[in-house]
Amino acid sequence: MDPVGILVEAGRAAIGVPAAAYALSAVGLNLQFGYTGLLNFGHVGFMLVGAYGMAITVDQGGPLWLGFIVGLALAVLLGILIGIPTLRLRADYLAIVTIAMGEILRLLVRSRFAAPLTKGVFGIQRFADDFFELNPLPVGRYGVGTLRFDHRTMWVVIVGWVLVVVVTLLVRRLVRSPWGRVVRAIREDEDAARSLGKNVFAYKMQSLMIGGSIGALAGMYLAIDQQNVTPDAYVPLLTFYAFTIVIMGGPGTLWGPVVGSILFWFLFEILDGLMTGAMAEGWFGTLLESTDIGPIRFALFGIGLMWLMAYRPQGLFGSREESLIDGR
Amino acid sequence: MVDDPHPLAPIAATPGIAKPDPILVAHHLRRSFGGISAVDVSHLEIQRGTITSLIGPNGAGKTTLFNVLTGFDRPQGGEWHLDGGPLVGIPSFRIAQRGMVRTFQLTRSLARLTVLENAMVAAARPRGETLRGALLGGWRGVETANEARARETLAQFGLERMMADYAGSLSGGQRKLLELARALMVEPALVMLDEPTAGVNPVLTQTLLAHITRLRDDGVTVVFIEHDMDVVQEISDWVICMDRGRVIAEGPPLVVAGNRDVIDAYLGSQHGEIPE
Repeated sequence: MDPVGILVEAGRAAIGVPAAAYALSAVGLNLQFGYTGLLNFGHVGFMLVGAYGMAITVDQGGPLWLGFIVGLALAVLLGILIGIPTLRLRADYLAIVTIAMGEILRLLVRSRFAAPLTKGVFGIQRFADDFFELNPLPVGRYGVGTLRFDHRTMWVVIVGWVLVVVVTLLVRRLVRSPWGRVVRAIREDEDAARSLGKNVFAYKMQSLMIGGSIGALAGMYLAIDQQNVTPDAYVPLLTFYAFTIVIMGGPGTLWGPVVGSILFWFLFEILDGLMTGAMAEGWFGTLLESTDIGPIRFALFGIGLMWLMAYRPQGLFGSREESLIDGR
Repeated sequence: MVDDPHPLAPIAATPGIAKPDPILVAHHLRRSFGGISAVDVSHLEIQRGTITSLIGPNGAGKTTLFNVLTGFDRPQGGEWHLDGGPLVGIPSFRIAQRGMVRTFQLTRSLARLTVLENAMVAAARPRGETLRGALLGGWRGVETANEARARETLAQFGLERMMADYAGSLSGGQRKLLELARALMVEPALVMLDEPTAGVNPVLTQTLLAHITRLRDDGVTVVFIEHDMDVVQEISDWVICMDRGRVIAEGPPLVVAGNRDVIDAYLGSQHGEIPE
């Protein structure tokens, strides 16, 4: 086993493109779930409309910047579409509708009916050349020691973390304002907020749209890196990654989702490295095969999440005192 | 305890009687659940600047009437006006903005907000609560003024030492005080208190009643649901008694307490008894 090698790979994952993308996605979900109390189980749907909105626009001959705007606009539209029927109802209904919405969207872009635009199961490729042409980095490898990215990846990584910081600061401005106090009041008790003269529906809609747009941004970012959108990349699992990250970092905390994402990908990679290494040294004998590592990694994550919910439900950044309050 | 030339003194104790200066007028309000008529009020007026108690046995429709009046429930028919402005079809938050603020039977503290935040979120005329306002800034001046007022209000209710605590960590009685303080931050013309003294110890009940009386003296109209007849007698200027959705009696506390229909409603009428 090569502990240094494993650490380097884990470090690469912790600051890499997926970590930045999921940090972004989790920041959006955190605004909805952590601050406003909206159970959006269809966050992947927002990522999908962002990515597809952009890819289709470019594929149809539009410029990338227009694709970016289309992606964000679609996320806002999606927020309105699912918000109108559900946000007046109890929180559980939003959860049910959003999880269905995510799957409906995936099946829609996959369908033959939509294939002229979405190219069906094959998806759309190479729509982000404009983004890579903007890369100011000379050809080469960047990083420390053996932890290095090529100039292409480095460019994506830098843009990703800049986006994460900018979006988090934007969210900070919102949640530390009186607007943020109102959405937290709504999270605690909708009827109380109503009785104090707050238009609960409008606030929930705003939170859903802003959080969804941030999710769409994450989807676009991930798609740009891969230069590829295919329907079956947008499975509900992505939503639950984002939820895991938000809960690990601490729902309703500012930097929780960002640190949560870094930690999530670090642990994910380190578990993978350790188990692969242990297997190579024959520790598991004939008990496990290399194809078992993926599922076991998920199982360990599940156990870790349960442990977290039992002993530190406020996440890494949340306050202990806050978690002891039983609410209503 | 009633001032001598009391505005309600010459009013007859008749259900649905008109008042000289009503702040709230309801007419033909109906709300039924399935076949059960929860509220069926043909006419009701609340006099401005008074404390009116709403009494009646369990299931009389008091809370449903509150819910309908404050927009938390929709009536099947009828109309009601606050200060002459019609409220039919107006959402609850707008009704609160117009000056009728309610509290709840089961206290609703915003648990994971601090006591100070609980008060501040309720402040009338907020700035920076819209998306635009939050992003553009410029709300700190108003925020500071609101904070000062929130601290002052909380201090009046004896909560000054808990301002930084989460509201969820307060005791039940403190939560009642906080809910009342929070309602006042909205600067209401009319507060609707749903059993403010339920589950509160006798000492704190006296404190709450003192606050309610002070509110009235400050010009706020108070309507409150109450089960304790001693409390009703002590602070009410006027009492309305409901039974099975209807207003069966109204009048000064002593008059209502002696009303035959009211006693029947509470103790059960002669149904099933041998006719005299």
